[in-house]
Amino acid sequence: MIEIQGLHKSFGTNRVLQGLDLSVRKGETLAVIGQSGSGKSILIKHMIGLMRPDQGRISIDGVDICCLSERELYAVRRKFGLLFQAAALFDSLTVAENVRFGLERYQDYPPDRIREIVLESLAKVGLRDVEDLMPYELSGGMKKRVGLARAIAYGPEIMLYDEPSTGIDPIRADAINDLILRMQQEMNVTSVVITHDMTSAYKVADRLAMLYNGKIVQIGAPDEIRNSANPIVQQFIHGQAAGPIKDY
Amino acid sequence: MASESKPFPFSTLFSQVGQVGLLFGRATAGLFRKPFEKENFLQQLEDIGVRSLPVVSLTAAFGGLVFGLQTYIGFHRFIGPGSEAYGGPVISLGLTKELIPILVGLMITGRVGSAMAAEIGTMKITEQIDALYSLGADPVRYLVTPRLLASVIMMPILVLYGDIIGIACGYIYNVMMGVNQHIYLKNTLLYLEFWDVVTGLIKAAVFGGVIAVIGCWQGLEARGGAEGVGRAATRAVVVASIGVLILNFFLSKALPADLVL
Repeated sequence: MIEIQGLHKSFGTNRVLQGLDLSVRKGETLAVIGQSGSGKSILIKHMIGLMRPDQGRISIDGVDICCLSERELYAVRRKFGLLFQAAALFDSLTVAENVRFGLERYQDYPPDRIREIVLESLAKVGLRDVEDLMPYELSGGMKKRVGLARAIAYGPEIMLYDEPSTGIDPIRADAINDLILRMQQEMNVTSVVITHDMTSAYKVADRLAMLYNGKIVQIGAPDEIRNSANPIVQQFIHGQAAGPIKDY
Repeated sequence: MASESKPFPFSTLFSQVGQVGLLFGRATAGLFRKPFEKENFLQQLEDIGVRSLPVVSLTAAFGGLVFGLQTYIGFHRFIGPGSEAYGGPVISLGLTKELIPILVGLMITGRVGSAMAAEIGTMKITEQIDALYSLGADPVRYLVTPRLLASVIMMPILVLYGDIIGIACGYIYNVMMGVNQHIYLKNTLLYLEFWDVVTGLIKAAVFGGVIAVIGCWQGLEARGGAEGVGRAATRAVVVASIGVLILNFFLSKALPADLVL
Protein backbone atom coordinates (compact mmCIF):
# COMPACT_ATOMS: atom_id res chain seq x y z
CA MET A 1 0.00 0.00 0.00
CA ILE A 2 2.76 2.45 1.01
CA GLU A 3 6.20 1.64 -0.41
CA ILE A 4 9.18 3.85 0.32
CA GLN A 5 12.53 3.15 -1.31
CA GLY A 6 15.84 4.96 -0.81
CA LEU A 7 14.31 8.13 0.62
CA HIS A 8 16.77 10.98 1.14
CA LYS A 9 16.00 14.40 2.58
CA SER A 10 18.41 17.10 3.73
CA PHE A 11 17.96 20.61 5.09
CA GLY A 12 21.20 22.42 4.31
CA THR A 13 23.93 20.24 5.77
CA ASN A 14 21.52 18.37 8.05
CA ARG A 15 20.87 14.99 6.40
CA VAL A 16 17.61 13.89 8.03
CA LEU A 17 16.64 10.88 5.92
CA GLN A 18 19.46 8.87 4.39
CA GLY A 19 18.15 6.17 2.10
CA LEU A 20 15.14 5.09 4.15
CA ASP A 21 13.23 2.00 3.02
CA LEU A 22 9.81 1.17 4.48
CA SER A 23 6.73 -0.78 3.49
CA VAL A 24 3.31 -0.37 5.14
CA ARG A 25 0.81 -3.18 4.53
CA LYS A 26 -2.86 -2.61 3.84
CA GLY A 27 -4.97 -2.63 7.04
CA GLU A 28 -2.06 -2.74 9.49
CA THR A 29 -1.06 -0.22 12.14
CA LEU A 30 2.64 0.55 11.92
CA ALA A 31 4.31 2.57 14.67
CA VAL A 32 7.46 4.45 13.69
CA ILE A 33 9.55 5.03 16.79
CA GLY A 34 12.69 7.07 17.19
CA GLN A 35 14.28 9.96 19.03
CA SER A 36 12.93 13.49 18.88
CA GLY A 37 14.34 15.14 15.78
CA SER A 38 15.13 11.84 14.08
CA GLY A 39 12.90 12.70 11.10
CA LYS A 40 9.67 10.84 11.96
CA SER A 41 7.42 13.81 11.18
CA ILE A 42 9.43 14.51 8.02
CA LEU A 43 8.74 10.91 6.99
CA ILE A 44 4.94 11.21 7.22
CA LYS A 45 5.00 14.59 5.49
CA HIS A 46 6.66 12.81 2.57
CA MET A 47 3.99 10.08 2.61
CA ILE A 48 1.19 12.63 2.13
CA GLY A 49 3.14 14.73 -0.37
CA LEU A 50 3.65 17.77 1.87
CA MET A 51 7.38 17.48 1.24
CA ARG A 52 9.29 16.40 -1.85
CA PRO A 53 12.21 14.00 -1.38
CA ASP A 54 15.71 14.90 -2.56
CA GLN A 55 16.02 11.34 -3.82
CA GLY A 56 14.02 8.12 -3.60
CA ARG A 57 10.58 6.82 -4.40
CA ILE A 58 7.29 6.88 -2.47
CA SER A 59 4.49 4.81 -3.89
CA ILE A 60 0.89 4.97 -2.64
CA ASP A 61 -1.27 2.13 -4.01
CA GLY A 62 1.22 1.72 -6.84
CA VAL A 63 1.37 5.43 -7.76
CA ASP A 64 4.75 7.14 -7.41
CA ILE A 65 3.81 10.46 -5.80
CA CYS A 66 7.24 12.08 -6.04
CA CYS A 67 6.69 13.41 -9.55
CA LEU A 68 3.01 14.35 -9.26
CA SER A 69 1.82 17.94 -9.71
CA GLU A 70 -0.04 19.70 -6.87
CA ARG A 71 -3.32 19.01 -8.64
CA GLU A 72 -2.53 15.31 -9.02
CA LEU A 73 -1.48 15.13 -5.36
CA TYR A 74 -4.95 16.33 -4.38
CA ALA A 75 -6.41 12.94 -5.34
CA VAL A 76 -3.69 11.13 -3.39
CA ARG A 77 -4.16 13.28 -0.28
CA ARG A 78 -7.86 12.43 -0.35
CA LYS A 79 -6.84 8.92 0.79
CA PHE A 80 -5.08 10.25 3.89
CA GLY A 81 -6.23 11.57 7.23
CA LEU A 82 -3.49 13.31 9.19
CA LEU A 83 -3.58 14.03 12.91
CA PHE A 84 -0.97 16.72 13.54
CA GLN A 85 1.25 16.77 16.61
CA ALA A 86 -0.37 19.96 17.96
CA ALA A 87 -3.70 19.26 16.20
CA ALA A 88 -3.21 22.25 13.82
CA LEU A 89 -6.81 23.36 14.17
CA PHE A 90 -7.68 26.50 12.22
CA ASP A 91 -7.73 29.29 14.83
CA SER A 92 -10.32 31.39 13.05
CA LEU A 93 -12.86 28.58 12.61
CA THR A 94 -15.19 26.93 15.12
CA VAL A 95 -14.89 23.23 15.98
CA ALA A 96 -17.70 22.35 13.55
CA GLU A 97 -16.14 24.42 10.76
CA ASN A 98 -12.80 22.72 11.39
CA VAL A 99 -14.33 19.24 11.22
CA ARG A 100 -16.31 19.92 8.04
CA PHE A 101 -13.37 21.62 6.29
CA GLY A 102 -12.00 18.55 4.51
CA LEU A 103 -15.45 17.03 4.14
CA GLU A 104 -16.67 20.00 2.08
CA ARG A 105 -13.67 19.78 -0.19
CA TYR A 106 -13.38 16.03 -0.60
CA GLN A 107 -17.06 15.01 -0.64
CA ASP A 108 -20.08 16.40 -2.40
CA TYR A 109 -22.67 16.11 0.37
CA PRO A 110 -25.64 18.41 1.01
CA PRO A 111 -25.34 20.69 4.10
CA ASP A 112 -27.65 18.52 6.25
CA ARG A 113 -25.56 15.42 5.60
CA ILE A 114 -22.37 17.36 6.32
CA ARG A 115 -23.80 18.48 9.65
CA GLU A 116 -24.72 14.87 10.49
CA ILE A 117 -21.22 13.63 9.66
CA VAL A 118 -19.63 16.41 11.73
CA LEU A 119 -21.69 15.38 14.77
CA GLU A 120 -20.98 11.67 14.14
CA SER A 121 -17.23 12.30 13.83
CA LEU A 122 -17.18 14.34 17.03
CA ALA A 123 -19.19 11.62 18.80
CA LYS A 124 -16.70 8.98 17.61
CA VAL A 125 -13.92 10.83 19.41
CA GLY A 126 -16.10 11.29 22.48
CA LEU A 127 -17.00 14.96 22.06
CA ARG A 128 -20.48 16.46 22.30
CA ASP A 129 -21.82 20.02 22.41
CA VAL A 130 -18.51 21.55 21.36
CA GLU A 131 -19.42 22.41 17.76
CA ASP A 132 -19.63 26.16 18.34
CA LEU A 133 -16.50 26.48 20.48
CA MET A 134 -13.36 28.09 19.13
CA PRO A 135 -10.04 26.15 19.30
CA TYR A 136 -8.66 28.45 22.04
CA GLU A 137 -11.54 27.34 24.29
CA LEU A 138 -10.45 23.68 24.14
CA SER A 139 -7.96 21.78 26.30
CA GLY A 140 -4.95 20.06 24.70
CA GLY A 141 -6.66 16.66 24.74
CA MET A 142 -9.87 18.07 23.24
CA LYS A 143 -7.89 19.75 20.48
CA LYS A 144 -6.28 16.41 19.58
CA ARG A 145 -9.70 14.75 19.49
CA VAL A 146 -11.14 17.52 17.30
CA GLY A 147 -8.09 17.12 15.05
CA LEU A 148 -8.84 13.41 14.87
CA ALA A 149 -12.53 14.04 14.14
CA ARG A 150 -11.47 16.39 11.32
CA ALA A 151 -9.11 13.77 9.89
CA ILE A 152 -11.65 10.92 9.92
CA ALA A 153 -14.71 12.93 8.81
CA TYR A 154 -14.23 12.33 5.07
CA GLY A 155 -13.46 8.62 5.45
CA PRO A 156 -9.75 8.31 4.64
CA GLU A 157 -8.20 4.93 3.78
CA ILE A 158 -4.91 5.71 5.53
CA MET A 159 -4.54 7.48 8.87
CA LEU A 160 -1.29 9.17 9.83
CA TYR A 161 -0.86 10.08 13.49
CA ASP A 162 1.99 12.43 14.37
CA GLU A 163 2.81 11.86 18.03
CA PRO A 164 -0.82 11.43 19.14
CA SER A 165 0.00 11.07 22.85
CA THR A 166 2.53 13.89 23.14
CA GLY A 167 1.58 16.82 25.36
CA ILE A 168 -1.39 15.21 27.09
CA ASP A 169 -1.72 13.38 30.41
CA PRO A 170 -1.33 9.56 30.50
CA ILE A 171 -5.06 8.90 30.91
CA ARG A 172 -6.02 11.04 27.94
CA ALA A 173 -3.08 9.55 26.00
CA ASP A 174 -4.51 6.09 26.63
CA ALA A 175 -7.96 7.30 25.54
CA ILE A 176 -6.36 8.49 22.27
CA ASN A 177 -4.72 5.05 21.90
CA ASP A 178 -8.15 3.43 22.32
CA LEU A 179 -9.51 5.75 19.66
CA ILE A 180 -6.74 4.74 17.25
CA LEU A 181 -7.54 1.06 17.86
CA ARG A 182 -11.26 1.69 17.44
CA MET A 183 -10.67 3.58 14.17
CA GLN A 184 -8.78 0.60 12.83
CA GLN A 185 -11.41 -1.93 13.98
CA GLU A 186 -14.46 0.08 12.84
CA MET A 187 -13.11 1.67 9.68
CA ASN A 188 -10.42 -0.87 8.76
CA VAL A 189 -7.97 1.88 7.88
CA THR A 190 -4.23 1.50 7.42
CA SER A 191 -2.46 3.52 10.09
CA VAL A 192 1.01 4.93 10.59
CA VAL A 193 1.65 6.18 14.11
CA ILE A 194 4.70 8.36 14.76
CA THR A 195 5.65 8.21 18.41
CA HIS A 196 8.41 7.97 20.97
CA ASP A 197 5.95 6.80 23.64
CA MET A 198 6.64 3.05 23.88
CA THR A 199 3.48 2.31 25.91
CA SER A 200 1.43 3.81 23.12
CA ALA A 201 3.46 2.06 20.39
CA TYR A 202 3.09 -1.40 21.96
CA LYS A 203 -0.63 -0.88 22.51
CA VAL A 204 -1.70 0.28 19.06
CA ALA A 205 0.81 -1.20 16.62
CA ASP A 206 0.82 -4.47 14.68
CA ARG A 207 4.44 -3.71 13.76
CA LEU A 208 7.04 -1.23 14.97
CA ALA A 209 9.81 0.36 12.92
CA MET A 210 12.77 2.07 14.60
CA LEU A 211 14.13 5.13 12.79
CA TYR A 212 17.72 6.06 13.56
CA ASN A 213 20.31 8.02 11.60
CA GLY A 214 17.89 8.54 8.72
CA LYS A 215 17.20 4.83 8.20
CA ILE A 216 14.92 2.13 9.56
CA VAL A 217 17.26 0.03 11.72
CA GLN A 218 14.69 -2.63 12.64
CA ILE A 219 11.07 -3.44 11.84
CA GLY A 220 8.95 -6.16 13.40
CA ALA A 221 6.07 -7.18 15.66
CA PRO A 222 6.02 -5.67 19.20
CA ASP A 223 7.56 -8.84 20.70
CA GLU A 224 10.36 -8.85 18.13
CA ILE A 225 11.20 -5.26 19.02
CA ARG A 226 11.00 -5.99 22.76
CA ASN A 227 13.45 -8.87 22.33
CA SER A 228 15.62 -7.18 19.72
CA ALA A 229 19.34 -7.92 19.78
CA ASN A 230 20.07 -4.50 18.29
CA PRO A 231 21.65 -2.34 21.05
CA ILE A 232 20.26 0.87 19.46
CA VAL A 233 16.72 -0.49 19.68
CA GLN A 234 17.27 -1.78 23.22
CA GLN A 235 18.67 1.57 24.40
CA PHE A 236 15.73 3.45 22.90
CA ILE A 237 12.89 1.23 24.09
CA HIS A 238 14.29 1.14 27.62
CA GLY A 239 14.98 4.87 27.60
CA GLN A 240 18.61 4.59 28.71
CA ALA A 241 21.08 7.46 28.40
CA ALA A 242 24.02 5.02 28.22
CA GLY A 243 24.43 3.09 25.00
CA PRO A 244 25.32 3.42 21.34
CA ILE A 245 22.98 6.40 20.81
CA LYS A 246 25.08 9.41 21.83
CA ASP A 247 23.49 12.27 19.92
CA TYR A 248 20.77 13.40 22.32
CA MET B 1 30.96 17.39 -3.13
CA ALA B 2 31.48 21.09 -3.80
CA SER B 3 30.80 23.33 -0.83
CA GLU B 4 27.67 25.48 -1.02
CA SER B 5 28.56 29.05 -1.98
CA LYS B 6 26.66 31.94 -0.49
CA PRO B 7 24.38 33.39 -3.16
CA PHE B 8 25.17 36.84 -4.54
CA PRO B 9 22.68 39.32 -2.99
CA PHE B 10 21.35 40.30 -6.43
CA SER B 11 20.41 36.69 -7.16
CA THR B 12 18.54 36.58 -3.84
CA LEU B 13 16.74 39.79 -4.77
CA PHE B 14 15.77 38.47 -8.20
CA SER B 15 14.70 35.18 -6.66
CA GLN B 16 12.47 37.00 -4.16
CA VAL B 17 10.95 39.22 -6.86
CA GLY B 18 10.28 36.00 -8.77
CA GLN B 19 8.61 34.42 -5.73
CA VAL B 20 6.35 37.46 -5.28
CA GLY B 21 5.49 37.44 -8.98
CA LEU B 22 4.71 33.75 -8.90
CA LEU B 23 2.54 34.14 -5.81
CA PHE B 24 0.67 37.01 -7.48
CA GLY B 25 0.13 34.86 -10.58
CA ARG B 26 -1.14 31.88 -8.56
CA ALA B 27 -3.41 34.08 -6.43
CA THR B 28 -4.85 35.75 -9.54
CA ALA B 29 -5.39 32.36 -11.21
CA GLY B 30 -7.22 31.31 -8.02
CA LEU B 31 -9.93 33.87 -8.86
CA PHE B 32 -11.00 31.78 -11.82
CA ARG B 33 -11.05 28.39 -10.10
CA LYS B 34 -13.77 26.91 -7.95
CA PRO B 35 -14.59 26.93 -5.10
CA PHE B 36 -14.23 30.67 -4.49
CA GLU B 37 -13.68 31.23 -0.76
CA LYS B 38 -16.60 33.64 -0.35
CA GLU B 39 -16.70 33.70 3.48
CA ASN B 40 -12.98 34.36 3.65
CA PHE B 41 -13.34 37.13 1.06
CA LEU B 42 -16.18 38.86 2.93
CA GLN B 43 -14.18 38.64 6.16
CA GLN B 44 -11.23 40.31 4.43
CA LEU B 45 -13.42 43.07 3.01
CA GLU B 46 -14.43 43.86 6.58
CA ASP B 47 -10.90 43.56 7.99
CA ILE B 48 -9.21 45.62 5.31
CA GLY B 49 -12.01 48.09 4.59
CA VAL B 50 -14.42 48.70 7.43
CA ARG B 51 -11.89 48.29 10.24
CA SER B 52 -9.46 50.69 8.56
CA LEU B 53 -11.97 53.55 8.47
CA PRO B 54 -10.92 55.15 11.80
CA VAL B 55 -7.22 55.21 10.92
CA VAL B 56 -7.92 56.42 7.36
CA SER B 57 -10.24 59.14 8.70
CA LEU B 58 -7.58 60.46 11.07
CA THR B 59 -4.77 60.24 8.52
CA ALA B 60 -6.77 61.93 5.77
CA ALA B 61 -8.13 64.62 8.11
CA PHE B 62 -4.72 65.67 9.39
CA GLY B 63 -3.16 65.23 5.95
CA GLY B 64 -5.79 67.61 4.55
CA LEU B 65 -5.35 70.07 7.42
CA VAL B 66 -1.57 70.26 7.16
CA PHE B 67 -1.66 70.49 3.37
CA GLY B 68 -4.29 73.24 3.65
CA LEU B 69 -2.10 75.05 6.19
CA GLN B 70 1.08 74.94 4.08
CA THR B 71 -0.75 75.91 0.88
CA TYR B 72 -2.32 78.85 2.69
CA ILE B 73 1.13 80.00 3.91
CA GLY B 74 2.63 79.48 0.48
CA PHE B 75 0.05 81.53 -1.40
CA HIS B 76 -0.03 84.21 1.30
CA ARG B 77 3.77 84.57 1.28
CA PHE B 78 4.64 84.26 -2.39
CA ILE B 79 1.61 85.65 -4.22
CA GLY B 80 0.13 87.87 -1.57
CA PRO B 81 -2.82 88.30 0.74
CA GLY B 82 -6.13 87.40 -0.92
CA SER B 83 -4.56 84.85 -3.24
CA GLU B 84 -5.09 81.99 -0.73
CA ALA B 85 -8.47 81.17 -2.28
CA TYR B 86 -6.59 79.94 -5.35
CA GLY B 87 -4.99 77.22 -3.25
CA GLY B 88 -8.11 75.02 -3.46
CA PRO B 89 -7.17 73.23 -6.70
CA VAL B 90 -3.57 72.78 -5.50
CA ILE B 91 -4.75 71.17 -2.26
CA SER B 92 -7.29 68.92 -4.03
CA LEU B 93 -4.86 67.90 -6.77
CA GLY B 94 -2.05 67.14 -4.32
CA LEU B 95 -4.34 65.19 -2.02
CA THR B 96 -6.17 63.10 -4.62
CA LYS B 97 -3.19 62.28 -6.83
CA GLU B 98 -0.40 61.87 -4.29
CA LEU B 99 -0.85 62.49 -0.60
CA ILE B 100 -3.98 60.46 0.21
CA PRO B 101 -3.00 57.36 -1.86
CA ILE B 102 0.47 57.39 -0.24
CA LEU B 103 -0.76 58.03 3.31
CA VAL B 104 -3.55 55.46 3.08
CA GLY B 105 -1.16 53.00 1.39
CA LEU B 106 1.37 53.33 4.21
CA MET B 107 -1.29 53.13 6.93
CA ILE B 108 -2.85 50.01 5.37
CA THR B 109 0.61 48.49 5.01
CA GLY B 110 1.15 48.96 8.73
CA ARG B 111 -2.30 47.81 9.77
CA VAL B 112 -3.20 45.13 7.24
CA GLY B 113 0.08 43.99 5.62
CA SER B 114 1.65 43.21 9.00
CA ALA B 115 -1.53 41.46 10.19
CA MET B 116 -1.58 39.28 7.06
CA ALA B 117 2.07 38.31 7.54
CA ALA B 118 1.55 37.59 11.25
CA GLU B 119 -1.64 35.57 10.74
CA ILE B 120 -0.34 33.47 7.86
CA GLY B 121 3.08 33.16 9.53
CA THR B 122 1.43 31.81 12.68
CA MET B 123 -0.55 29.37 10.55
CA LYS B 124 2.71 28.29 8.91
CA ILE B 125 4.62 27.58 12.12
CA THR B 126 1.65 25.84 13.78
CA GLU B 127 1.26 23.50 10.76
CA GLN B 128 -2.13 24.98 9.79
CA ILE B 129 -0.81 25.53 6.25
CA ASP B 130 0.12 21.82 6.07
CA ALA B 131 -3.36 21.04 7.44
CA LEU B 132 -4.89 23.04 4.56
CA TYR B 133 -2.96 20.94 2.05
CA SER B 134 -3.90 17.69 3.81
CA LEU B 135 -7.59 18.68 3.78
CA GLY B 136 -7.67 19.38 0.05
CA ALA B 137 -7.36 23.17 0.13
CA ASP B 138 -4.74 25.14 -1.79
CA PRO B 139 -3.35 27.67 0.75
CA VAL B 140 -2.78 30.24 -2.00
CA ARG B 141 -6.37 30.01 -3.21
CA TYR B 142 -7.74 29.81 0.35
CA LEU B 143 -5.63 32.53 1.98
CA VAL B 144 -3.96 34.73 -0.62
CA THR B 145 -6.65 35.08 -3.33
CA PRO B 146 -9.38 36.48 -1.02
CA ARG B 147 -6.90 38.87 0.62
CA LEU B 148 -5.57 40.07 -2.73
CA LEU B 149 -9.04 40.66 -4.19
CA ALA B 150 -10.37 42.33 -1.04
CA SER B 151 -7.31 44.57 -0.84
CA VAL B 152 -7.52 45.62 -4.52
CA ILE B 153 -11.22 46.45 -4.07
CA MET B 154 -11.05 48.17 -0.69
CA MET B 155 -7.95 50.33 -1.19
CA PRO B 156 -9.54 52.59 -3.86
CA ILE B 157 -12.69 52.86 -1.73
CA LEU B 158 -10.61 53.89 1.30
CA VAL B 159 -8.64 56.38 -0.81
CA LEU B 160 -11.84 57.90 -2.24
CA TYR B 161 -13.17 58.21 1.31
CA GLY B 162 -9.82 59.74 2.37
CA ASP B 163 -9.97 62.19 -0.58
CA ILE B 164 -13.34 63.48 0.58
CA ILE B 165 -12.19 63.88 4.19
CA GLY B 166 -8.83 65.42 3.20
CA ILE B 167 -10.33 67.94 0.76
CA ALA B 168 -13.03 68.84 3.28
CA CYS B 169 -10.42 69.43 6.01
CA GLY B 170 -8.25 71.53 3.69
CA TYR B 171 -11.33 73.60 2.84
CA ILE B 172 -12.36 73.97 6.50
CA TYR B 173 -8.87 75.13 7.49
CA ASN B 174 -8.74 77.76 4.75
CA VAL B 175 -12.27 79.02 5.46
CA MET B 176 -11.38 79.29 9.15
CA MET B 177 -8.36 81.39 8.15
CA GLY B 178 -10.73 83.81 6.40
CA VAL B 179 -10.31 82.63 2.80
CA ASN B 180 -13.24 83.44 0.49
CA GLN B 181 -15.09 80.14 0.42
CA HIS B 182 -16.96 80.82 -2.84
CA ILE B 183 -13.79 81.54 -4.84
CA TYR B 184 -12.05 78.58 -3.14
CA LEU B 185 -14.86 76.18 -4.07
CA LYS B 186 -15.32 77.61 -7.57
CA ASN B 187 -11.60 77.22 -8.35
CA THR B 188 -11.47 73.74 -6.86
CA LEU B 189 -14.42 72.55 -8.96
CA LEU B 190 -13.06 74.30 -12.06
CA TYR B 191 -9.55 72.85 -11.99
CA LEU B 192 -9.93 69.49 -10.25
CA GLU B 193 -10.69 66.92 -12.93
CA PHE B 194 -12.34 63.55 -12.61
CA TRP B 195 -9.17 61.96 -14.02
CA ASP B 196 -7.11 63.38 -11.11
CA VAL B 197 -9.26 61.41 -8.69
CA VAL B 198 -9.16 58.31 -10.89
CA THR B 199 -5.34 58.50 -11.01
CA GLY B 200 -5.24 58.23 -7.23
CA LEU B 201 -7.70 55.34 -7.26
CA ILE B 202 -5.64 53.41 -9.85
CA LYS B 203 -2.58 53.88 -7.65
CA ALA B 204 -4.58 52.70 -4.64
CA ALA B 205 -5.64 49.50 -6.42
CA VAL B 206 -2.00 48.76 -7.32
CA PHE B 207 -0.86 49.50 -3.75
CA GLY B 208 -3.61 47.19 -2.46
CA GLY B 209 -2.27 44.36 -4.58
CA VAL B 210 1.32 45.00 -3.48
CA ILE B 211 0.41 45.16 0.23
CA ALA B 212 -1.63 41.92 0.11
CA VAL B 213 0.86 39.89 -1.93
CA ILE B 214 3.89 41.01 0.11
CA GLY B 215 2.07 40.47 3.43
CA CYS B 216 0.96 36.98 2.41
CA TRP B 217 4.36 36.13 0.90
CA GLN B 218 6.18 37.07 4.09
CA GLY B 219 3.69 35.02 6.10
CA LEU B 220 4.18 31.96 3.91
CA GLU B 221 7.97 32.37 4.18
CA ALA B 222 7.94 32.61 8.01
CA ARG B 223 10.31 30.21 9.76
CA GLY B 224 10.94 29.30 13.38
CA GLY B 225 8.69 30.37 16.24
CA ALA B 226 7.25 33.64 17.49
CA GLU B 227 10.47 35.43 16.53
CA GLY B 228 10.06 34.29 12.93
CA VAL B 229 6.48 35.56 12.83
CA GLY B 230 7.59 38.94 14.25
CA ARG B 231 10.32 39.16 11.62
CA ALA B 232 7.85 38.31 8.86
CA ALA B 233 5.47 41.06 10.02
CA THR B 234 8.27 43.63 10.19
CA ARG B 235 9.62 42.66 6.77
CA ALA B 236 6.13 42.82 5.28
CA VAL B 237 5.74 46.43 6.46
CA VAL B 238 9.22 47.51 5.36
CA VAL B 239 9.12 45.82 1.93
CA ALA B 240 5.53 46.86 1.15
CA SER B 241 6.15 50.46 2.28
CA ILE B 242 9.21 50.73 0.06
CA GLY B 243 7.23 49.09 -2.75
CA VAL B 244 4.40 51.61 -2.35
CA LEU B 245 6.79 54.60 -2.39
CA ILE B 246 8.75 53.36 -5.42
CA LEU B 247 5.65 52.36 -7.36
CA ASN B 248 4.04 55.71 -6.60
CA PHE B 249 6.80 57.51 -8.46
CA PHE B 250 6.64 55.23 -11.50
CA LEU B 251 2.84 55.33 -11.58
CA SER B 252 2.91 59.13 -11.36
CA LYS B 253 5.27 59.12 -14.35
CA ALA B 254 3.33 56.51 -16.29
CA LEU B 255 -0.22 57.74 -15.76
CA PRO B 256 -1.02 60.73 -18.03
CA ALA B 257 -1.65 64.06 -16.29
CA ASP B 258 -4.79 64.57 -18.36
CA LEU B 259 -7.05 61.99 -19.91
CA VAL B 260 -7.41 62.77 -23.59
CA LEU B 261 -10.35 60.89 -25.06
